[in-house]
Amino acid sequence: MDYNFYLSTMWSVLKALPLTLEIWFFGIAFGLIIATGLTWLRASGYRLGEYVTRAYVFVFRGSPLLVQLYLIYFGLSQFDFVRHSPILWPILRDPMYCTIVAMALNTAAYESEIFRGALRAVPVGQIEAAKAFGMSAFTRFRLVTLPIALRLALPAYSTEIILMTKATALASVVTIMEMMGTAQKIQHDTFRPIEVLTCAGVIYLLLNLSIARLFAWVEYRLSPHLRPAPEQSQQIKPIPEVL
Amino acid sequence: MEFLSNLQEQLSTAYELLAAGWGVQLLWGIGWTLAVTTVSMAIGALLGSLVAAAKLSHHAGLRFLGESYTTVFRGEPELLVIYLFYYGGTQILTGVARSTGSIGSTDILNMPSFLGGVLAVGIISGAYQAEVFRGSFLAIHRGELEAARAYGMSAWLRFRLVIMPQVLRLAVPGLGNVWQLTIKDSALISVTGVAELMLTANKAARSTHHSLLFYTVAGILYLVMTSISTPIFDKAERYTSRSFLRPK
Repeated sequence: MDYNFYLSTMWSVLKALPLTLEIWFFGIAFGLIIATGLTWLRASGYRLGEYVTRAYVFVFRGSPLLVQLYLIYFGLSQFDFVRHSPILWPILRDPMYCTIVAMALNTAAYESEIFRGALRAVPVGQIEAAKAFGMSAFTRFRLVTLPIALRLALPAYSTEIILMTKATALASVVTIMEMMGTAQKIQHDTFRPIEVLTCAGVIYLLLNLSIARLFAWVEYRLSPHLRPAPEQSQQIKPIPEVL
Repeated sequence: MEFLSNLQEQLSTAYELLAAGWGVQLLWGIGWTLAVTTVSMAIGALLGSLVAAAKLSHHAGLRFLGESYTTVFRGEPELLVIYLFYYGGTQILTGVARSTGSIGSTDILNMPSFLGGVLAVGIISGAYQAEVFRGSFLAIHRGELEAARAYGMSAWLRFRLVIMPQVLRLAVPGLGNVWQLTIKDSALISVTGVAELMLTANKAARSTHHSLLFYTVAGILYLVMTSISTPIFDKAERYTSRSFLRPK
């Protein structure tokens, strides 16, 4: 076993972790914003809004993320107005921004479905009770619907976040040197793919496991009402000797 | 009006390019994508049922192995697994061939790209299918298994007559999801050089400089494939659960 090689590979790949996390974070953040908009559009009750969101979800869930990434990175630059636009061109010229845009658009489709399901799963009785209390629509949403829906969406949302971590590896195909890209480079230089990819794999796995742990912890903290009551200790406390 | 004539021009260019041979190439690409997906699903079904059995086993060691398999292959980026099988396979094959002297000491024996890709996607698909099978097994009514045991059925007979038909019925919707996932994963094996839809679109885009056109066509073809499979799986679901439907 060549420990030095493993250690140096690990270290080189780890140095690319911040870049992976950057893509991950911005992809998720923008995705969340778009998903919120889509969910709102879907829930607003307008027929047109429903058609638009349905079409959006169909397109972005039905095709591979790689196609979407290539379409955004290579395809959109064919439009003259994109190349001459002072806002769009700096974004669509840069592979990093393109990856973030593709990931955000893709995850928004999945997340909007998750949120829609969660909103529908809020028990009607709770909403009716809030109405009976005379809460305004906004107060009802803020105090009843939203907290319950967020709690219900959490497990599926954590799965989606883990899928996003895996998706950051696609940035390597558009020349970004994040963890996967770095591993690829080392592998081509040394021709020891099994060792190099195992090192990268361990880091990805640890990353995903810690994300899963984090979400499990949040979920645990947010659902004290679903846990069985702590058992009363059966032991009878010894009577303190007063005298 | 200018927009319309522009559009007409665009469409006629698209038609010319597709008719010049790229259309046929893309159709072949679809064929390869479907082949990769089907073979991967089959590999995944085999591995998935074994892993599901391991995860449900009484042996703590087997359970641990099954858990590790599903955790690792659902937690790693698909691209990494594909590279591992393709380049790792090349590394192993080259090492073996060099040591037996069947190739020169500087030659490289490449992993067949279809085999490498299909193994990688199949193993990922297996991890998801294992969860589907495990869930369906747990959904079988305990009483039926106990009844089968009370009849004195052997383990194999129980599996063949009680467990398997029900697992298959309950697993159909889940397998439909895994199928869609596997179609989308199959796009990633374009990096190893299998001439499936994604790689064909890539080649066409690079050599004609019409990337927008070809990636859009590829995207639409993927949409067609994923949306055609939905009614097929619905039909399979109705067929497998026909004895549970209410008569009309």
